[in-house]
Amino acid sequence: MSTPTLIEFDDVVARFDPMLGLEVHVELSTNTKMFCGCPTEFGAEPNTQVCPTCLGMPGALPVVNRTAVESAIRIGLALNCSIAPWGRFARKNYFYPDMPKNFQTSQYDEPIAVDGWLDVELDDGTIVRVEIERAHMEEDTGKSLHVGGATGRIHGAEYSLLDYNRAGVPLIEIVTKMIPDTGARAPEVARAYVTQLRDLVKSLGVSDVRMDQGSMRCDVNLSLSPKGSGVLGTRSETKNVNSLRSVERAVRYEMSRHAGVLLDGGTVVQETRHFEEQSGSTRAGRIKETSEDYRYFPEPDLVPIAPTPEWVEELRGTLPELPWERRKRISAEWGLTAEELRDLVNAGALDLIEATVAAGAPAGEARSWWVAYLTQQANTAGVPLEELAITPAQVARVIELVTSGELNNKLARQVVDGVLAGEGSPDEVVESRGLKVVSDDGALIAAVDEALAAQPDVAEKIRGGKVAAAGAIVGAVMKATKGQADAKRVRELIIERCG
Amino acid sequence: MSSDLTRLDAATLAEKIHSREVSAVEAAQAHLDRIAAVEGDVHAFLHVAGESALESAALVDASIAAGTAPASPLAGVPLALKDVFATIDMPTTCGSRILEGWRPPYDATLTSRLRAAGITILGKTNMDEFAMGSSTEYSAYGPTHNPWALDRIAGGSGGGSAAALAAFEAPLAIGTDTGGSIRQPAAVTGTVGVKPTYGGVSRYGLVACASSLDQGGPCARTVLDAALLHEVIAGHDPLDSTSIDAPVPAVVEAARLGATGDLSGLRVGVVRELGGEGYQPGVRASFDAALRRLEKLGAEVVEVSCPHFEYGLAAYYLILPSEVSSNLARFDAMRYGLRVEKGASAEEVMAATREAGFGPEVKRRIILGTYALSSGYYDAYYGQAQKVRTLISRDFAAAFAQVDVLVSPTAPTTAFPIGEKIDDPLAMYLNDLATIPTNLAGVAGMSVPSGLAEEDGLPVGLQIMAPALGEAVMYRVGAAFEAARNADESGPLIARIPELEVAAR
Ligand SMILES: [Zn+2]
Repeated sequence: MSTPTLIEFDDVVARFDPMLGLEVHVELSTNTKMFCGCPTEFGAEPNTQVCPTCLGMPGALPVVNRTAVESAIRIGLALNCSIAPWGRFARKNYFYPDMPKNFQTSQYDEPIAVDGWLDVELDDGTIVRVEIERAHMEEDTGKSLHVGGATGRIHGAEYSLLDYNRAGVPLIEIVTKMIPDTGARAPEVARAYVTQLRDLVKSLGVSDVRMDQGSMRCDVNLSLSPKGSGVLGTRSETKNVNSLRSVERAVRYEMSRHAGVLLDGGTVVQETRHFEEQSGSTRAGRIKETSEDYRYFPEPDLVPIAPTPEWVEELRGTLPELPWERRKRISAEWGLTAEELRDLVNAGALDLIEATVAAGAPAGEARSWWVAYLTQQANTAGVPLEELAITPAQVARVIELVTSGELNNKLARQVVDGVLAGEGSPDEVVESRGLKVVSDDGALIAAVDEALAAQPDVAEKIRGGKVAAAGAIVGAVMKATKGQADAKRVRELIIERCG
Repeated sequence: MSSDLTRLDAATLAEKIHSREVSAVEAAQAHLDRIAAVEGDVHAFLHVAGESALESAALVDASIAAGTAPASPLAGVPLALKDVFATIDMPTTCGSRILEGWRPPYDATLTSRLRAAGITILGKTNMDEFAMGSSTEYSAYGPTHNPWALDRIAGGSGGGSAAALAAFEAPLAIGTDTGGSIRQPAAVTGTVGVKPTYGGVSRYGLVACASSLDQGGPCARTVLDAALLHEVIAGHDPLDSTSIDAPVPAVVEAARLGATGDLSGLRVGVVRELGGEGYQPGVRASFDAALRRLEKLGAEVVEVSCPHFEYGLAAYYLILPSEVSSNLARFDAMRYGLRVEKGASAEEVMAATREAGFGPEVKRRIILGTYALSSGYYDAYYGQAQKVRTLISRDFAAAFAQVDVLVSPTAPTTAFPIGEKIDDPLAMYLNDLATIPTNLAGVAGMSVPSGLAEEDGLPVGLQIMAPALGEAVMYRVGAAFEAARNADESGPLIARIPELEVAAR
């Protein structure tokens, strides 16, 4: 295969208009699958979350998961879509070993949500309205693991293993209309759209939207037309785009590649391509000689979905504050600059801080704990901040103990370490590690007297009025009390004893 | 003693078991003995589960002995189950090589209901492969022979269930009806078969032929027995989205009422389009006699027109194969059933397995359906067929606005010789001409014996059709007709079946 000619990005946008389309699959975090009662948890032993229905056993029948329909409607409403009052599922027929029935139950020409939009905010504050064509429900397939080949691909593999745990997990596919007029900002628009969609779906609480775990997957459709011509070009569909950064890179790469083909006098092939994370390039997949014939027809084993207007309105009432509106409100409340806010969002700290504040902590302290000490601990452990083994409520409790003087900052960090190590709640760690600040004057006075006696020259200086010299004695007392003394009180006692 | 038990109807046998005059074990054993004696000739069963049948019967006996009320009016009565329902303790093959020896990991809802009712399942009956056929000749395991004349077909696809009844191998059976597979076998074996309203009996665990047409139903030698079994198996099932969430029609009460023999005030419609050409003279004559009998019972018989019925067969043979092509895609050797290890890729194994595992009629319909659903043809074939389906439903609605039930001959001919139509699919398809419209519209239908055709002495069936969930009136008419016919001809039709030569034991 020859290496494609790539055109400099600035050249591309000088000569062509990109047309962008995005298809995003969101795996719903319902307790059970789309059409059966099997659990959906990620990471279980292969083929342990299966039943006759999701294995496509002869005679087994599907029953629609009402929570999945509810989630689909809420996503549709949050994307300003109309909700179809009546719609059937369809069968998409094709043979593939990881698809138990050799058809996928999906919505075809009767999607649950149509004609919406999402206003996407770019870094400089520009708003781009992305029109949504449809959002529809479908079931996921199982997973194939190809063993023995060099690449993990089916070609050259000795054998393949099939895991049907994921088969039948509910998916919502959200399809944009073609996004025109993005020019040089096409890669940025694509990334901002997927980011904002992710945040939106997350705020609805219907999915984990983890691109790294596949619970959110993105296909990028792209074509170029000669600048100002308005003539639609042939599009490529790039799959396997598994991070926000990859979305941006895939668009950028495909624009350069398409332009290379066109400027060489060639024609772009309509095909599916795969994004290669390492090189940031795409490689050709299956060529679509004709459009694949899936022989769609209405699923006869299911009755139509007919959400009543009352139900739809009830669900509209459950929509949370939109994430970007919430951010604006929080910025104002906490007095953050746009940059500070972005840092918090990027660090994944915003929700945690907000929850900590909601649990009673002052915003400043909450922020400082999450972006400083806890971020450090997360980095050391190599886990995302939200996966640290401490809850916002526990952080709020630690802050409360510091404010009340029962802990100092050093002890508070030890308490947090204890919680992270699984030793229990902050109060339990304080108790079991014996981390209370020593505020019993009797014990402290003895320690102060001992320290003063050990350093008579320093004691003399203090008595001579050099109060600054007290630091050395404070240090000695803190050391003797293993840091559990209230340093402020120690200083007071030293002055008193030397007075 | 034991041979007498096999001649009893289910209601009578149940009474004897519940009053401890005979035991359920004796009843089961009598039928197992009969099966052993005649199966070589009839071949109604694909699997006989003697041991589990006796165990289940013993449980019923123990429960009755302990003074517990019977689990159902049919507790302890033996039954033959069509091999298309999933059974956790018996193979479920659907008459196909591709499922040879397959044991489902679960019971169909209908199977569970039979077990809960204390009914003794004797085994699984023969059928055309995946219920596609009208003669049981398309079973991968050989045809079933009609107990009235062993060289003739027992109908299909449920020939095994109907033949088991006619051969006194079981007093009750279960069938499934996609285009006539319960009613046509009933007609050609002189037994009773009912296709309930679509959604009346759960399809969970019924291996699909065509999802929008399939319906499980009761088979018996009397209308009352069919009604008793109907009430056991019918009713809403949360595992089947298409099952109707409404009370089961009171069919037992209706059958008892009907047997008192008065149909005055009822209007019976004769469907003009299900008459005329194409019916064997003896079938025609038996049907005409049936109409006179219904009039004698007080019913008013009128002619009604269902103008779109003539397109029913064509629409059916587009919708059914379309659904079949998709439903049968799952048989791919990846998870269960036959696996032919040929070639290096999954696709090659799938193709080799399907080539070896499916018979000619199944392949024919898969190909037809794949074609009918293809883009560019969908609107002309599947789309048009669905429109015809709507028109046929409207024909029924208009007819049922004028009459309480509709009647026609069940099948155009009596049982034909085995082998006669096997190479002529179109001739075979015509068998279901009169039964298909009810499946397309989802309404109820039944076949009751109407007599013997003069020219060949073989049974003829009368089809009675009723609106959705209108089973009560259908059973009432069926029971009244049966009682009148039995009275006029001094006994049930089945009593006139020739004795099978019982194998020496
Ligand atoms: Zn399942």
